[in-house]
Amino acid sequence: MIRVVLPAHLRALAQVDGEVQLEVAGQVTQCSVLDALEARYPVLRGTIRDHRSGQRRAFVRFFACQQDLSHEPPGTPLPDAVASGTEPYLIVGAMAGG
Amino acid sequence: MSGVRVLVGTRKGAFVLSSDGKREKWDVSGPHFAGWEIYHVKGSPADPDRLYASQTSGWFGQVIQRSDDGGATWAPVGNEFSYDGTPGTHQWYDGTPHPWEFARVWHLEPSPGDPDTVYAGVEDAGLFRSTDGGQSWHELPGLRGHGSGPSWQPGAGGMCLHTIILDGPARIYAAISAAGAFRSDDAGQTWRPVNHGLHSEGIPDPAAEVGHCVHRIAMHPSRPSVLYMQKHWDVMRSDDAGESWREVSGDLPTDFGFPIDVHAHEPETVYVVPITSDSHHFPPEGKLRVYRSRTGGDEWEPLTKGLPQEHCYVNVLRDAMAVDSLEDCGIYFGTTGGQVYASADAGDTWEPVVRDLPAVLSVEVQTLP
Repeated sequence: MIRVVLPAHLRALAQVDGEVQLEVAGQVTQCSVLDALEARYPVLRGTIRDHRSGQRRAFVRFFACQQDLSHEPPGTPLPDAVASGTEPYLIVGAMAGG
Repeated sequence: MSGVRVLVGTRKGAFVLSSDGKREKWDVSGPHFAGWEIYHVKGSPADPDRLYASQTSGWFGQVIQRSDDGGATWAPVGNEFSYDGTPGTHQWYDGTPHPWEFARVWHLEPSPGDPDTVYAGVEDAGLFRSTDGGQSWHELPGLRGHGSGPSWQPGAGGMCLHTIILDGPARIYAAISAAGAFRSDDAGQTWRPVNHGLHSEGIPDPAAEVGHCVHRIAMHPSRPSVLYMQKHWDVMRSDDAGESWREVSGDLPTDFGFPIDVHAHEPETVYVVPITSDSHHFPPEGKLRVYRSRTGGDEWEPLTKGLPQEHCYVNVLRDAMAVDSLEDCGIYFGTTGGQVYASADAGDTWEPVVRDLPAVLSVEVQTLP
């Protein structure tokens, strides 16, 4: 089970409290986790990454295990601790603006 | 008794202000979508319970919300706005080519006859339409592709399509900052600029087809060939469906401003909110004054009763004024200071409905049976 932490605005949009838990088939990558997240919550499509290109939105960042994974290729496997559910995968709204 | 529902979009959420036909006591609901920028909320003329809202965020992009119960509950619908074909380029601020990139929906215009049909004006400038209640959106590419698109440049607020006027089954007007006004006579298939007579400082060619910073256009449905325009500078009027424009700024204290609207029952009665200048986005002398012309322009009178007449330095944005269609026409506008003012007597007197909302981006009103 993959644990995903969403920023507050996306939790409100998806109408969830706390962490989201997802089953991800096959290799656990940023792309497969986001695919599973958007399949469960279609309202999140386009809010984290571009609908068509899949490119991360500029002010959204990805973290796990105290690492910034924002610039990792989408197909890169996530750390084992994320794949095993020990550590959450964090989707974060960048601190910017006022 | 009939009533009104005022739909307010702000920097930090949407608010719905409701009153009966007297427009004296108000119920306020909101914030809806708290923390998000709500560029526009508008109701369907065909079904007053059907509302659409543009919810945007620099972080999380675009969401379109729909209500089927007059704003009591909302549900997100489609948010994919993909330009038709290869988007191409427009000009960037420095004159270099810049790829067309979707940023947000500025304006939603529901069809007069079908609650499931709604148009969206977006940044970077394009016109989209949904015929399934907002679930899916398709560009009307003839506007962006009519020929001048590669020469369009953004205004300071972005290259937004902010005005959509639906005039019958075939005619559509659209206005873009800073490209100008455009008209389609075939339901959006093909377009042409309608900017003859506009003169803008900084455009050396007096016959320039595009490049004008149109802030807002208004039309009275009983006289669709008459259009009123608040341009960056200049209040303009066309009597031939945009074929030509003439200035009607007349005796206004300044002809810079953003909104313009027309009385619901008097097509020659027009409202603007003069703003000091393009570098001073606040009212002259710190006095918030709506100006009304009962002569279709040129002659204007200040409307001040109930509006702050000292130390007022707010702005009124282009989509932040609306009129209801009750017998005594109501006028509404919102400010960047978070006030929404209402007049139940066509502008003679004003009362604040709310004083402390986030900065107001848009105001629309529904007249309810």
